[in-house]
Amino acid sequence: MRGLGDLYLQQLKTGLATMLQYRGSLVIWLIGNVLEPLIYLVVWSTVSRSTGGTVGGYGARDFAAYYIVLMLVNQVTFSWVMYEFDYRIREGTFSADLLHPLHPIHADIAENLSSKAVSLPFMIAAAAGLSVVFHPVFRLSPLAAAAFVPALVLAFLVRFLVDWTVALAAFWTTRVSAINQIHYMAVLFFSGQIAPLAVLPRPLQVAANILPFRWTVGFPVELLLGRVTGPRILAGFAVQGAWLLAGALLVRYVWRASVKRYSAVGA
Amino acid sequence: MRLFRLLWVFLRVGVMGEAAYPANFLAHLIDSVLELATALAGLALIFAHTSTLAGWRPDELVALVGVYFLVGGVIGLVIQPGMEQLTESVRDGTLDFTLTKPEDAQLLVSVWRVEIWKVVDVGLGLVVLGIGLARLGARVGAAEAAAFAAALVAGGIIVYSFWLILATTAFWLVRVENILVIFQSVYEAGRWPVSIYPGWLRFALTFLVPVAFAITVPAQALAGRLTWPVLGGAALLAAVFFLAARLFWLAGIRHYSGASS
Repeated sequence: MRGLGDLYLQQLKTGLATMLQYRGSLVIWLIGNVLEPLIYLVVWSTVSRSTGGTVGGYGARDFAAYYIVLMLVNQVTFSWVMYEFDYRIREGTFSADLLHPLHPIHADIAENLSSKAVSLPFMIAAAAGLSVVFHPVFRLSPLAAAAFVPALVLAFLVRFLVDWTVALAAFWTTRVSAINQIHYMAVLFFSGQIAPLAVLPRPLQVAANILPFRWTVGFPVELLLGRVTGPRILAGFAVQGAWLLAGALLVRYVWRASVKRYSAVGA
Repeated sequence: MRLFRLLWVFLRVGVMGEAAYPANFLAHLIDSVLELATALAGLALIFAHTSTLAGWRPDELVALVGVYFLVGGVIGLVIQPGMEQLTESVRDGTLDFTLTKPEDAQLLVSVWRVEIWKVVDVGLGLVVLGIGLARLGARVGAAEAAAFAAALVAGGIIVYSFWLILATTAFWLVRVENILVIFQSVYEAGRWPVSIYPGWLRFALTFLVPVAFAITVPAQALAGRLTWPVLGGAALLAAVFFLAARLFWLAGIRHYSGASS
């Protein structure tokens, strides 16, 4: 365990140093992460205003609250490991990482966390700015706030494991952009990013409950906003737990099968 | 026109490069169809709850999605790959070789890479545009069509210049590969008419990152809502942007220190 702790600490340090080195890129990247939820916020607020009431139980200011929280949750849980893996395998830089005694997913998680540590203050500032512009209504309860924290941690882990498994496709095919695109769209629809799940047609809502994506973004957001209550909170945690287990197993077995296929330039 | 001669050469090279990966082409086709399906599903989702979005009827927004794909396809076909290659060349110093070529370097880097499968997006955009037009029917006459073509050309020049300015920052910032992320997000904002956005954002999308001129303005022309001053403004802005990009590019080249020095 000491080795693992050291690795995380060291990765966090080097990750922070790297992130702070390239501040220009960081700002550009943050603009993108703010703009996407902002677009859907504006679209859905416009829709709810033009209907003169609410859409799926959301008024204009509820949509503002939803998307501002979603922006932060998405920022915490998302990863870019699919895009990194494509490069690693194609360019053969993964060969050295494979010699490390620890599973490479740990280095990726630590790197992800260090970049989040740098970017989160900016995102919170952006959320504050958007709150001033769009007047969101938050109805926070202590229970929801308390349940939100473990839900967010689970969401991060589930999303990372699923993303990492998808990223392993790079071992099997050298051009993975179509797979990444399909994955991105699944996340868009089923995680609650294109619209809150309550706005979607019934069959899509059912699918979203089964697939992992809702549990990596939408669930913590709805939880904090008090839209998931009572026994449905516990049910949500149960599904998150099930996906955590499934994700861990997926990573374990897909990883083993994938590594056998590895053939780098120069290997 | 040297531009078109060069572009034609690089397009042929692009076809040859991609012809070795037929499965890849299919994957990209699936990719683009999925993206289009997402856009149209998004519209369906919205118009299940309302009949107009900020005064735009469903058919007009379908036409707007067509323009979005058409312009996005052209960007993805030639502008974006070239500019990405440019930032990479600045970082690893291989731009040296390009600068020594007799052809104008800006012209070269603008067309030297093509993602040939993006013609799928151009094609899909045209199809969707056609469907939107057919459903709009007789309301689109010759005047609207001419205004549309002019607005589209002006928008294309503005977007190209914007990309060149972004990519040219690589001469100072070095690691700017995330430019892709910012442009895609900002470009996505153009899938909706800019009039739905609050004032400050509408201003940003019109003048700072000018997707409004690339997508909303041509679509407005088709919907018959484009006034002549707006079209004139678009032409003027295209000229200003093009000149600014050229000057910035020249400054960047002067700042470039190369790999070996």
